[in-house]
Amino acid sequence: MIANFGFGILVISFSVTLYSAFAAIYGELKKIPAMVESARRAMLLTWPLLTLTAGILIYLLVNNHFEVQFVYEVTSRSMPNYLKVTAWWGGQAGSLLFWSWLMSAFASLVTLRKWDRDREFLPWVIAVACITMAFFIGMNVFFENPFAQLYQNLEGVAAYTFQPAGSVLFAPEDGRGLNPLLRHPGMVIHPPMLYLGFVSFVIPYAFAMSALITGRTDDRWIRLTRRWTLWAWLFLSFGLVLGGRWAYDVLGWGGYWGWDPVEIAAFMPWLTGTAFLHSVMIQEKRGMLKQWNMILVILTYDLVIFGTFLTRSGVLSSVHAFAQSAIGPLFFTFIGFTLITSVALIIYRWESLKTETQMTSLLSREALFLLNNLLFISILVVCFWGVIFPLISELFTGQKVTVGPPFYERATSPLFAALMLLMGIAPLSAWGQSTVKTLGRAIWKPIIGAIVVTAVIFATYTQNPGALIGFFLIALVILVTIYEYWRGANARQKSQGENIFAAFWTLTGRNRRRYGGYIIHLSMMLMAVGILGIEIFQMETQGTLKQGESLSLSNYELRYKDIAQWDDLPSGVNYRRAVLEVYQDGNYLGQLAPRIDYYYDSQQNMTIPGQRSTMRDDLYVLLVDWEPVAATGATFKVYVNPLVNWLWLGSLLFLVGVVIAAWPDKDPERVAVSVRRRVEQQTSAAD
Amino acid sequence: MRINKFVIGGLLILGAVVFLIWTSTAANAEYFLTIDELNTKGAGVVDKNLRVSGAVIGDSIQYDAQNLALRFEVAHVPGDNAELETEGGLAEALHQAVMDPTRSRMQVVYVGPRPDLLRNEAQAIMTGHLGADGIFYAEELLLKCPTRYEEAVPEQAEL
Repeated sequence: MIANFGFGILVISFSVTLYSAFAAIYGELKKIPAMVESARRAMLLTWPLLTLTAGILIYLLVNNHFEVQFVYEVTSRSMPNYLKVTAWWGGQAGSLLFWSWLMSAFASLVTLRKWDRDREFLPWVIAVACITMAFFIGMNVFFENPFAQLYQNLEGVAAYTFQPAGSVLFAPEDGRGLNPLLRHPGMVIHPPMLYLGFVSFVIPYAFAMSALITGRTDDRWIRLTRRWTLWAWLFLSFGLVLGGRWAYDVLGWGGYWGWDPVEIAAFMPWLTGTAFLHSVMIQEKRGMLKQWNMILVILTYDLVIFGTFLTRSGVLSSVHAFAQSAIGPLFFTFIGFTLITSVALIIYRWESLKTETQMTSLLSREALFLLNNLLFISILVVCFWGVIFPLISELFTGQKVTVGPPFYERATSPLFAALMLLMGIAPLSAWGQSTVKTLGRAIWKPIIGAIVVTAVIFATYTQNPGALIGFFLIALVILVTIYEYWRGANARQKSQGENIFAAFWTLTGRNRRRYGGYIIHLSMMLMAVGILGIEIFQMETQGTLKQGESLSLSNYELRYKDIAQWDDLPSGVNYRRAVLEVYQDGNYLGQLAPRIDYYYDSQQNMTIPGQRSTMRDDLYVLLVDWEPVAATGATFKVYVNPLVNWLWLGSLLFLVGVVIAAWPDKDPERVAVSVRRRVEQQTSAAD
Repeated sequence: MRINKFVIGGLLILGAVVFLIWTSTAANAEYFLTIDELNTKGAGVVDKNLRVSGAVIGDSIQYDAQNLALRFEVAHVPGDNAELETEGGLAEALHQAVMDPTRSRMQVVYVGPRPDLLRNEAQAIMTGHLGADGIFYAEELLLKCPTRYEEAVPEQAEL
């Protein structure tokens, strides 16, 4: 009964979004302000409605209503309540609802801002947001109903939205339970983060579209959405990092990123989004690349839709295409529709998007930003090629050919290296005009510093050429960034008489975007240290040990002490836990306890590594197999992952950087006005 | 004059990217084959990078924990989606593949930890090469366990 009520609310939400989109467009075209206002209020209704829908779904999940198909599929009695709640996004139907719910929250937030100066954007922002929302809610209503219930008749059991004649409701004793791999804190926050990132990119797109439709193609839409874009980017980036951390902790292969098509699907909008964040600065400063920015924001939006589809449907992760439901073709239709409409709008406004200034110098800041954009897009092309290559090859040769992680690693690493080089050079180049000479004068000190660092690493740590190039670039970027910071602070120290720390503080506060950006660059370099470490220097070994025997790798020694097995019946898990004593160069460090957890409800093992993490390296031990006490003993697989902790440390610093860059200014309009007034006063004083 | 500079730069980058993609694809292409196709091609594909999918036969799984050597057999499942649908979906197709003794089968050897999802009627997607001995040496092993919904419910109803 309550499930039917939930479905009813869902249908109402769907109608409301349709009405809102229609009223906004109609009201604007016919110049009826009351109609637009009605559309705005209708849109404000979507969030409460969808919150109610979600509340009902959560109620069903938590209270074991297994007669609801979705509940049956993602929960079981033994799961703790917090996992039952997060099972909301553990399946396709629920995660589509989650998407719409987030979207409605953001759309409401946007409409609640002050609109007085940008009234003409409002109806079109509402229209774009509501059409997007209607698409996702429609998916739930027509194809993936989270409230469909199980009914039994003579032919068997199946799920229906409405009770078919001659059938009775069927309530299984217990649900199938969430996949054990997903019962992890990382999985609790990783999908919401990623989705937050996905969904919030819709807002800049909506503004871009309204700018195109209304013809107000100056950089107003960019200024309005700059912070949105940064927050969106923050969530998306953090979602990606959390996914990596989850893989590292749970999947037990000693890695964090596998170039899986689903990962790539989430990575592609990040690439265009990052390119967009950079290139909008050129539009703001120089009035260039307006067409290009439009293209980037459209690409990001459609890659977000594509990514949502891929991460949930399993169309690519499986060898076989996704066929049971109509969702696939509909997603592609929607992507095609938005892409064609948006591109048509760009072409229509092409003239007014012409650049205001010409790019002249190859080494100028704007040219280097453009190069940065091209590199991001190149990485995107590599990723896209890798994902669709099986389809292309099948089309042309009849033979399905795929490419694996080595393809991506090989094709993207030179591009990433080039990006790092740019990160080192670009902050030192000037807007407009920059030559080898001026740039050389700025950069020679950091280059010498980076060479010294690389030489030290060569002498003490590694002679691997790839790693040395990597470390050189990392050192260069870090030194350039610190140098830039120091130059700014030093200038303030001299002119304002502040001490160096106060100077750092005010410097960052005055130009948060720039210095936040530098912190982000630094954080990327820390992450690069971790990636280089694990990619190039990972060591592994394996062995079967009797009690008291030991295994060594690098300068670690692991002694197998004990193993125990027990049932945890309330949670439906059987634990097998081995205890190993860890020694480093003969010194006792502590114990590690790798486990195998067996989940009775889904009949699946989960391998939990024992980890010891330091800034120098991670010791990562997996319990592979074991025999009862008398027999041979237990088998372990051991990894030493050097420097990988820098990856996680870098991601925390990244968070700090983005927050600094995106922190709201006191009142940007008023600051601008007061500056102008001061300038006027000075000029009048000069008279 | 000035435009040319940028055009040349752009073309250089384009060329570099095409080169990177081309060579990386050529070096890392993996041919996707079903077990039937593999059997007909036989010696022709020995030592090529291959990606093969099949249904795991539960009884054939042997694991030597000392050497981390995993051996099992997989049965042919169609690679074509439409064909899978006529068999009643992936889960049903996997079930039929395992139950049908006339299906072509292939032996697989994989060295590494035993994957958690390896069990009867799982779909194995294996990357590796075919040895001259007709055994498939997998370097990477990906497993999927689609659940057959229709069957799962009556089982639980018996409880």
